[in-house]
Amino acid sequence: MADSTTIRARPVKGPPIIESELLAMIIFVFADVMFFAGFISAYALVGARAPIGWWPPPGDPALPVAAAGGATVALLLSGAAVFQAGRAAKADLAAARRPLAVAMALAVAFVGYQVFEFVRLSSGGFTLQSSANGGFFYTIVGAHGLHAVSAVVVLGWTQRELAAGRLTRAAFSAIRLYWYFVVLLWPAIYTTVYL
Amino acid sequence: MAETHGHEAHGHDAHGHHEEGWFVKYFWSTDHKMIAKQYLLTGMLLGAVGAYFAYVFRMQLAFPNKPVPGYGLVTGADYNALVTNHGAIMIFWVAMPVLIAAFGNFLIPLMVGCDDMVFPRLNRLSYQIFLVSALVLAASFFVQGGAFGGAWTSYPPLSAKAEYSLTDLGPTLWLAAVALEFVAFLLGGINFVTTAMNSRAPGMKAFDIPMAVWMIVIASILFMCSVGPLVAGAVMLMFDQQVGTGFFDPDRGGDPVLWQHLFWFFGHPEVYVVLLPALGFVAEIITTFSRKRLFAYRTVLYTTIGTGVLSFFVWAHHQFIAGIDPRMANVFSVTTVLISIPIAEMTFVYIATLFGGSISFRVPMLWALAFIAEFLMGGVTGIFLGASGADIYFHDTYFVVAHFHYTFFPIAIIGTFAGLTYWFPKMFGRHMNETVNKVHFWITITCFNGIFLPLFVLGAAGDHRRIFDYGNFPELSQPWMQDLRVFATVSLLIMLAVQPLFLANFFYSMFKGRKAEANPWKANTLEWQCPSPPPHGNFSPLPEVYRGPYEYSAEGRADDFWPQNSPT
Repeated sequence: MADSTTIRARPVKGPPIIESELLAMIIFVFADVMFFAGFISAYALVGARAPIGWWPPPGDPALPVAAAGGATVALLLSGAAVFQAGRAAKADLAAARRPLAVAMALAVAFVGYQVFEFVRLSSGGFTLQSSANGGFFYTIVGAHGLHAVSAVVVLGWTQRELAAGRLTRAAFSAIRLYWYFVVLLWPAIYTTVYL
Repeated sequence: MAETHGHEAHGHDAHGHHEEGWFVKYFWSTDHKMIAKQYLLTGMLLGAVGAYFAYVFRMQLAFPNKPVPGYGLVTGADYNALVTNHGAIMIFWVAMPVLIAAFGNFLIPLMVGCDDMVFPRLNRLSYQIFLVSALVLAASFFVQGGAFGGAWTSYPPLSAKAEYSLTDLGPTLWLAAVALEFVAFLLGGINFVTTAMNSRAPGMKAFDIPMAVWMIVIASILFMCSVGPLVAGAVMLMFDQQVGTGFFDPDRGGDPVLWQHLFWFFGHPEVYVVLLPALGFVAEIITTFSRKRLFAYRTVLYTTIGTGVLSFFVWAHHQFIAGIDPRMANVFSVTTVLISIPIAEMTFVYIATLFGGSISFRVPMLWALAFIAEFLMGGVTGIFLGASGADIYFHDTYFVVAHFHYTFFPIAIIGTFAGLTYWFPKMFGRHMNETVNKVHFWITITCFNGIFLPLFVLGAAGDHRRIFDYGNFPELSQPWMQDLRVFATVSLLIMLAVQPLFLANFFYSMFKGRKAEANPWKANTLEWQCPSPPPHGNFSPLPEVYRGPYEYSAEGRADDFWPQNSPT
């Protein structure tokens, strides 16, 4: 509270601490983190309440830990490629296009693997309805998969905007943050659901 | 920075200097003031629907199994659907859109001194999704089996299986509507926080931000922290209903109490999400009408943040009889009683603000003072329910109903009336008739207490809240209990009967009221320093800020107010 007798000097306004686009994405990602925290804690709670030896339910198939681990590596590499794109963009935004294309290819591979895994597991009788475990598996992994699909679409859009020279740096940093979120969320899901 | 961002995001549509068509102006606008009015009117319309539901089921409770004028005979299923949707509508489609979305949209850009939200098109999308959510909710009344009747908390297994709820599509549409509504407020909240952070007028530092803006921003952050788990739960519940999963089905390894955790992890912070904006309006109003600084601005701010953090650790007090471990119940009793401390402190701060001020009892001030008094009642009765021992008796009685109406009525109704009567001149550039509003105020407040005070007594006598005809329960149908129910219903009827008075005043004054000057209340905050109603772009030139928002009655000045943007 200013002293009532002094008049403050003419105000100045500096640049924002966080660019609006990035700030908006931070808020969104935070809400999304809480969304997955809801799923994962629900999964953990149901697992913890099951009688010993009954979680995962005995009839459910073992999840393909090794194959999904390979997909995890692909996704992490894709995150690294986006990180590389961010570094390359420091000098020249257009230089981000090649690493982004690599990231997108890896992301498509990840999503493709997920679709393959879903088809294989569900044809073996492990479905959304077969047990609470199955419901959690498809819902959590599927929700992450939808995020990955949306991120692929966003990366494609980014390529187009970069080609047209329209992308702003603030928007690019927001997009990178979203992709880091999708990538870094996966190890949390992998370790809770698969391991 | 603010201007460049704003204009980038505005794009070409609806923001040029050309004349806008009728449709674009009223339905496709990106102007924060128009979106605020869209939210306000939609919220008021749904408020009327929620009030109508209350009228129907209160009539059933007072005069059981007699046709209700304007509705007809109320069946058990009707009663459940009406109660469920009364709760859901009043919280999700009235309190949220009016207090946060309407006032947030209207006030934040004006109070921080910028031309519009940072992301205006996101803002427009937010309202459109909200409108769709309201339509989906309305649709749930017209499907096979009727609207959802499993209480606004939607506990499984009742809500998860059609063979229990006897409604097939109703619960799913209800959930879809709630989820869509959350998406709308997520988009809105992103705008509120970003705008308050990055678009403030030059010179406006963190402690120069009016309390109403702080409160809406903190409420938005609380909302975004808490809503994720509920959306996750909503997805799971919807799958249980329509896909046949077993998340909440113990037969297949699920857990019905899991939903309660997910719901109340959101549900309790939600109370503060709607409470904080109302507290913010009260802070603006009591400083203006007592011509005093807000007592302990920073303390209020830190207290609000502390309340927000604490509100995430109280949720299981809704589940004391759900079979949770009594040791856990003790922990939640302690946190619940703890949270009354910051709220009590806030009450004392407001009273200290009033102390020694030159108070003028204008209509907004009456509502603000009523808010403090009535909310205090809600807070004090909450202590009984927060103590797990007492709650085991009070759980699901009318004591609970009376308690949360003593919190939500002040928040959603009194807070809205306070805000509306205070900012009406700014919104529409005209004054409302004060005499009419005073009559409306006194009758509404008296009747509100007439409705809910008897319910405390009934609840303590064991009146269970989910019974639609007490005739089957001899110990609950003693004559004195039925008399109290009739008293409450008659109070409601009188209260509803005076609301058209306000509405008529509202709509008449919007077009024909006395013209309002820019700063009719002689207030300091920036929204009063632009014309009433603010033109497109709000300020010309954009304001600069030299001091905090509550510099009333400063020594050595001729005026007893000192606008934030006045250089001298």
